[in-house]
Amino acid sequence: MHLSDSDLQAIWLTIRLASIVTLILLLVGTPIAWWLARTKAWWKGPIGAVVALPLVLPPSVLGFYLLLGMGPNGPVGHLTEALGIGLLPFTFWGLVVASVFYSLPFMVQPLQSAFESIGERPLEAAATLRASPLDAFFTVALPLAWPGFLSASILTFAHTVGEFGVVLMIGGNIPGETRVASVQIYDHVEALEYMQAHNLAAVMLVFSFVVLLSIYAWRPTPKRGV
Amino acid sequence: MAEIKAKFHLTWPGFDLDVDLELPGRGVTALFGHSGSGKTTLLRCIAGLERTPHGRMSLNGEVWQRDDFWVPTHKRSLAYVFQEASLFPHLSVMGNLRYGMRRIVGNHKFSLEQAIELLGIGHLLERKPDRLSGGERQRVAIARALAVNPRLLLMDEPLAALDLKRKQEILPYLERLHDELEIPVLYVSHSPDEVARLADYIVAMEDGRAVAQGPLLETLARLDLPFQLGEDAGVVLDAVVGERDERWHLARVDFDGGSLWTRDQGLETGRRVRVRVLARDVSLSTQEQGNTSIQNILPGRVDAIAGDHHPGLALVRVFVGSSALVARMTQRAVATLGVSPGQMVWLQVKSVALME
Repeated sequence: MHLSDSDLQAIWLTIRLASIVTLILLLVGTPIAWWLARTKAWWKGPIGAVVALPLVLPPSVLGFYLLLGMGPNGPVGHLTEALGIGLLPFTFWGLVVASVFYSLPFMVQPLQSAFESIGERPLEAAATLRASPLDAFFTVALPLAWPGFLSASILTFAHTVGEFGVVLMIGGNIPGETRVASVQIYDHVEALEYMQAHNLAAVMLVFSFVVLLSIYAWRPTPKRGV
Repeated sequence: MAEIKAKFHLTWPGFDLDVDLELPGRGVTALFGHSGSGKTTLLRCIAGLERTPHGRMSLNGEVWQRDDFWVPTHKRSLAYVFQEASLFPHLSVMGNLRYGMRRIVGNHKFSLEQAIELLGIGHLLERKPDRLSGGERQRVAIARALAVNPRLLLMDEPLAALDLKRKQEILPYLERLHDELEIPVLYVSHSPDEVARLADYIVAMEDGRAVAQGPLLETLARLDLPFQLGEDAGVVLDAVVGERDERWHLARVDFDGGSLWTRDQGLETGRRVRVRVLARDVSLSTQEQGNTSIQNILPGRVDAIAGDHHPGLALVRVFVGSSALVARMTQRAVATLGVSPGQMVWLQVKSVALME
């Protein structure tokens, strides 16, 4: 199997994108999931629905709105220009921002159910043992929810690797900047380079299978409060 | 006097809690009542796990809640033992014990070693909670609570989730706690037996209200209790082991006003014990009986007669010296024998339960 330099460049870019997005979503998604798991506020429903939207929206719809928002006439575009960053569409960081939105539910939902399955009791026990809420989060909730963190991270990473529609809308097809593996395959097919498309597609297929296998076959038994 | 003041009013769909209590600052206070009577909710309010508007709570003058003032649970000097042990599954027994201890400042008077020794868990320290039996878990949970050196210990039916055998395993440890702890303990229970063994003071809860309260011995001897103990009606006496009869394997326990013979359970002479005498095990006679298999016959004076949980039954309170005993009999027996207050009678006590 032969992968060209541009194939390798696309794979490397994809891995970089997925890693950065997963890291950002760990930081952003955790508080959202924690809040959703524990709040009794009435707007839990609406917020939960907004978080889940990327699951059902066509990527082109999401990409379209993000393009408008980050473009020269959009609010985010105004902001980034005012900050001297320039415009985000058709840059790597624009792709990162779009992917964060696109993969949000894949981080938040597994985390939310992991937090929900812990229940109130261990946190109450921690409070009666002098742990502040933040202390209890790091010393009780995190260790108990770690299988949830693991599967949320794997899912987010894999989902970002597999994205295509949003990339086309926001990133275009700039080698080394926004041309990720899925777009590269599309290019190969467009150019009737079926052999190259085969190789890269096989890499993606094996990768996806291994990722899912790791989640399904090796599922750590969740520790229950005793 | 050191004490606990708790005043809460809370309304939930189908339930409301309305209590205003002043409880002793020492010894074990039992919050006693059926499930749904609000005793666990009261305990959670005291701990700050449940937030009530306009509640008040103070311990020995230290205010934990008053109007808008609120001390969060983790800043209250208390410890809480839940019905299920609620150990942290990701930590070893030692990790669990250290969790709270590491977070307290200063005074380590009730040291970790003491807690481990008192609950007899020294051999379990390296294990994970899922490698412990139910009884062991609960002992670890109690030790974990004690290791934070609390000024108030709250226990929510710590035995309820355990089978009889495990209960028997833990009760002696709880009795030791009762003897050795200097801090007040609030103990939620629906079991008259546990209350009789462990409590010094009782608060009876019903429908979110405290319907009766007082020192345990006095309260159990009341005939006008607004709650029904049914088959568990009876008194508890403070006594001392006076003599052991090795030939017949019996022990004599002396209480204020008389003594009772009971099976020898190996307690040494001079040991302080509690004796529980159920009303159904006490019968009454207006003449001294001979030729009876019942060995415990006590002379006394009838103090009061009241109805029982069944219209055919009566409870008769009799003073033996300065101790009150309660006998259950039928209303017909009361009428035929002509039992009346002030009368001298003989009580026949069929069995007594000795509690350390």
